[in-house]
Amino acid sequence: MKKDISFGPKLAIYIFLVLICLLCVIPIITVISISFSSDLQIAKEGYGIFPKGFVLDAYKYVFKDSEAIFRSYGVTILVTLMGLVSGLLLNAMIAYVLSRRDYRYRKQLTVFLIIPMVLNGGLVPTYIWMTKYLNLKNTIWAMLLPLLIVPWFIILLRTFFSEIPSSLMEAATVDGAGEFTIFFKIVLPLAKPALATVGMFITLNYWNDWFQPLMYVDNRDLYNLQYRLYILMRDVQEMMKNSAISGMGISIADMPTESMRMAMCVIAAGPMLVIFPFFQKYFVKGLTVGGVKG
Amino acid sequence: MNKRIGRAGRKKTMTLSAMAFPATLLLFIFSYVPIVGLTIAFKDFRYDKGFLGSEWIGFKNFEFFFRSNDAWVVLRNTIGLNFLFIAMTLVVSVAVAMVMNEVRSRGVIKIVQTIMFFPYFMSWVVVGYLLYAYLHHDYGILNQVLAFFGMHSVSWYAKSAYWPAILTFMFVWKNAGYYSVIYYAGIIGIDDTYYEAAALDGASRWQMVWKITLPMIKSLVIVMTILQIGRIMYSDFGLFYNLTRDQGALYATTDVLDTYIYRALRVTGDIGIGSAVGCFQAVVGFILIMGSNLIVRKIDRDSALF
Repeated sequence: MKKDISFGPKLAIYIFLVLICLLCVIPIITVISISFSSDLQIAKEGYGIFPKGFVLDAYKYVFKDSEAIFRSYGVTILVTLMGLVSGLLLNAMIAYVLSRRDYRYRKQLTVFLIIPMVLNGGLVPTYIWMTKYLNLKNTIWAMLLPLLIVPWFIILLRTFFSEIPSSLMEAATVDGAGEFTIFFKIVLPLAKPALATVGMFITLNYWNDWFQPLMYVDNRDLYNLQYRLYILMRDVQEMMKNSAISGMGISIADMPTESMRMAMCVIAAGPMLVIFPFFQKYFVKGLTVGGVKG
Repeated sequence: MNKRIGRAGRKKTMTLSAMAFPATLLLFIFSYVPIVGLTIAFKDFRYDKGFLGSEWIGFKNFEFFFRSNDAWVVLRNTIGLNFLFIAMTLVVSVAVAMVMNEVRSRGVIKIVQTIMFFPYFMSWVVVGYLLYAYLHHDYGILNQVLAFFGMHSVSWYAKSAYWPAILTFMFVWKNAGYYSVIYYAGIIGIDDTYYEAAALDGASRWQMVWKITLPMIKSLVIVMTILQIGRIMYSDFGLFYNLTRDQGALYATTDVLDTYIYRALRVTGDIGIGSAVGCFQAVVGFILIMGSNLIVRKIDRDSALF
């Protein structure tokens, strides 16, 4: 029985929320607008929140060099998918073991998991280890493996798994089911919302990763989407060089560089922004369960 | 009979251990070995000699860093900016959560949450582009606004004085949605009977906010803040690296431990200093995280890491 709020404060509340939402959305709209603007107009008037004219030139130019873009998409999608499947499985398996109160080495395993959360080797030793000893430079594994196991995901999943009544598992054991059967046939199906939450975080981690390529990838063929975007910001020369090599004969004056950069940005960020609102329910659930520790 | 249970128990332990093994192995390779690698801070690391072959030189690498002028600037930036980030995010996200609590319509809440999550779903590279659209010297929207009011345009990427404010704004912009969801969950978890009792006593909505809502989420706010302070030696590398576009002119106010270490490793190639700063960060970070966890345990056992 909450008291109704009178009109004045109610209006203030809604104005506040609308302002917050605008603040979040306007920068995104700006980038989309610029990507559809004509470069001539940008050169004259500068960027605008709303499109200056409406042309698809920027996208045409980006896709003229489409092989590189699709390659980057391919790398990102491949790494994200592999990371999603193996990450979900491996994090869930260890989380399940930790959720079993009757597991003999539960305490030791918990400590093993927590130490990396409070202490890490940091950039320099990791870099030397990865490049000199593991030889992971310029491999897809450098983008995949180091992000695979995340203690926070394990704790999140363990919390969910602990809520499954142990009588279910005991009954299955009596029926002669092994641990793997219990895990795959009983635990995982019951933990779908938890898996969705963690799956979303994993997808986000891989899709938005640009740091691993920055550290470990020089080979253009292995650039992922975000890293290609980063490179583009670092030097627009990249694109010009590519078109010069492919002999397309685009003169620099013709290049719609300003709008093209923003088009590339839309292409890289777009899919996540379109997909994620649909999974927001799980996201919020995950944060509510384990957000404090994140 | 006993023997059979013992054997079954052993088999169960073995199977469960096998399930935990792949993750354990990966953690060992990618987390534990680098921890041991921290010792290179005390060595004159040479690529050809490796982790074990390089010679011990004691604290020389540390001396180099702490005698330089960089040490003070970098530490001040790291701790100062993190405090700004934590404080401003706290204020904004708690305010949003409390305002959302006054909204009755679930639909409105969902829409606001979705929109506030958009920035969270973008990489710092993308956010770097967004910021660039506003700060570009010739085309940027901010300079157009300044021109509209008859003011001179500013070379944003060359003036370090503005950047603590810019970085704080962008941090809050990206993360307020995330934190407000956590605080909102804390607020709707408050038992309705408090509000009902207060309403019977004739309390106004405003009084309820100050006398019930805020005190009830106080411990959540404190726990969250202490946990964040525990990580104050670490910065979000992507934010500092992409938003500033790694402009040297901005280092005075934007260079933090993580960017400093990165440059030592990849740009100047000074592995000795890089590893010493990294070791310092890891050790102080470890102490702070353990300390903050100890405090959080006293306040709320369930929120503590261990």
